[in-house]
Amino acid sequence: MINPIDPVVTTTLITPPPGADAKAATTAAPKMSARGLDFYYDKFHALKNVSLDIAERKVTALIGPSGCGKSTLLRIFNRIYSIYPKLEAKGQVLLDGDNILDPKYPLNRLRSKVGMVFQKPVPFPMSIYDNVAYAIRHYEKLSKADMDARVEEALRQGALWDEVKSKLNGSALGLSGGQQQRLCIARAVALKPEVILLDEPTSALDPIATGKIEQLVEELKERYTIAIVTHNMQQASRVSDYTAFMYLGELIEFGDTTTIFENPTKKMTEDYITGRYG
Amino acid sequence: MAASAESLAIAQSDEQRARRDGRKDRLFRRTVAGAGVFVLVMLAGVALTTLWGGREAFATFGFKFLVSSEWDTIGKQFGALAPVYGTLVTAAIAMIIAVPVSFGIALYLTEIAPTWLRTPVASAIELLAGIPSIIYGMWGLFVFVPIMGKYVIPWLNDHIGEWPLIGPLFKGPPLGLGMLTAGIVLAIMVIPFISSVMREVFLTVPTRLKESAYALGSTTWEVAWDIVLPYTRTAVIGGIFLGLGRALGETMAVTFVLGNVHRLSLSLLEPGNSIAATIANEFAEADSEIFRSSLIALAFLLFVVTFIVLAIAKLMLRQMERKEGK
Repeated sequence: MINPIDPVVTTTLITPPPGADAKAATTAAPKMSARGLDFYYDKFHALKNVSLDIAERKVTALIGPSGCGKSTLLRIFNRIYSIYPKLEAKGQVLLDGDNILDPKYPLNRLRSKVGMVFQKPVPFPMSIYDNVAYAIRHYEKLSKADMDARVEEALRQGALWDEVKSKLNGSALGLSGGQQQRLCIARAVALKPEVILLDEPTSALDPIATGKIEQLVEELKERYTIAIVTHNMQQASRVSDYTAFMYLGELIEFGDTTTIFENPTKKMTEDYITGRYG
Repeated sequence: MAASAESLAIAQSDEQRARRDGRKDRLFRRTVAGAGVFVLVMLAGVALTTLWGGREAFATFGFKFLVSSEWDTIGKQFGALAPVYGTLVTAAIAMIIAVPVSFGIALYLTEIAPTWLRTPVASAIELLAGIPSIIYGMWGLFVFVPIMGKYVIPWLNDHIGEWPLIGPLFKGPPLGLGMLTAGIVLAIMVIPFISSVMREVFLTVPTRLKESAYALGSTTWEVAWDIVLPYTRTAVIGGIFLGLGRALGETMAVTFVLGNVHRLSLSLLEPGNSIAATIANEFAEADSEIFRSSLIALAFLLFVVTFIVLAIAKLMLRQMERKEGK
């Protein structure tokens, strides 16, 4: 399983973009880092030797056309892919220096440290309160008062508290799409994770709800390390500190967001950002 | 001029078309409504026929027909308590066994089993559902009854028979035949129904919902119990009652293994009787008017019992939904 940079794979790349593959994209203080990461959907080689750092308490955006592997990469960071058969990741993903791809790395520790919010809001079929408390109960036994406090704190961090405080026992399915998504963020935050993965969190939302989520991301990065997959270029440039551009399973370019958007070194990146393809 | 004539013609044909469509639509709606009403007519027809056929028994025995377990074909005294009791008890045993097993099967096939195994096993289950009940009955009598008599019942007698409260349920002669045996055979028969319904509805749970729960660190069991089951609850209960309906009315398999004795006994190991089994067994021997009428009256009671059980189920479901939607 532990298999740092596989030389066979690097040499079999059809057109390895010079310099982009083997060299790790590094930042000053990485919280998570992928090293020589390959991913396979059964036989399909979806990620090719990706090395990338996710900086602590910064927002890292993953951009690229559909099918480029950005969501796949995100889904490796909490090993959510492992609930499906025939998917395999090779290489290393380090979280605070420990390889999370090591089968010995406990899954529930990983999931409590690395939270995830999905593309479409997915409240559980239970009350708003229980949606948040559900996650906490997995890890901690709290008294009613403590739990109340934790739920409130999480909902406040999710910028949802004021809107739902009077109907905590109501069904979460009754909330609007934007509220549901903020509930999902609150639910992820409730576990006091260290990293939050956002997989196109606003693609199912209207512009106002999107604005709220983006503002929330801005606030959350004070405490958490955030990786966000987005199809929305403006969103990436607005919310992120670092941006990684991916194409066909490879990391093409990585750098701080201003550089990537204003002065990309690769032609491909520039074309994508200016909307010439993808 | 020509243009206006043409547009008039178009307008006319439009109107004709609209009228024709309206007619067709009305016809279609009435046909479908007829199909819907047909169900009610059938139901009422069967209920009334059995009530009419059983009128003599109801008139002769009155309320005693419901509370007496006497079944004296020579003295012509009939009471429905033993078969009604047997029907309810065997169906209850069947559900106690079948529901958890079906839940396990459905969960395994949707969440845990490797992909290549899922479809063959699902087809095998549907095949099981198609086996005629007489075959289950024969298998029950020739294979299962001896096993029960030789191994299971002596074991139950020795181990659980002495327990307080539930002990008397498991104390009895090692005949093999009896209510427990019938309940188990019934369970085997209804498992395919319940588990295929459960499997189908478990498949409707959105992947993203399960993924979100896994992403919070839930185990497979927690995802199943806290997410999948609540999400599909209404349909799951529907499936359970489909199975229950079948268990209540099952005839052949039960007739083979129940023992057909008109006696009330606390022990599940004693032979008993059920409504459907009584009718199947004794109709040919019903030599008197009152005997035959009593059997038809039993059929009417099966109707009533099934109706009551399903009504209670509906009420329970509504209660649960109300609690949920607070």
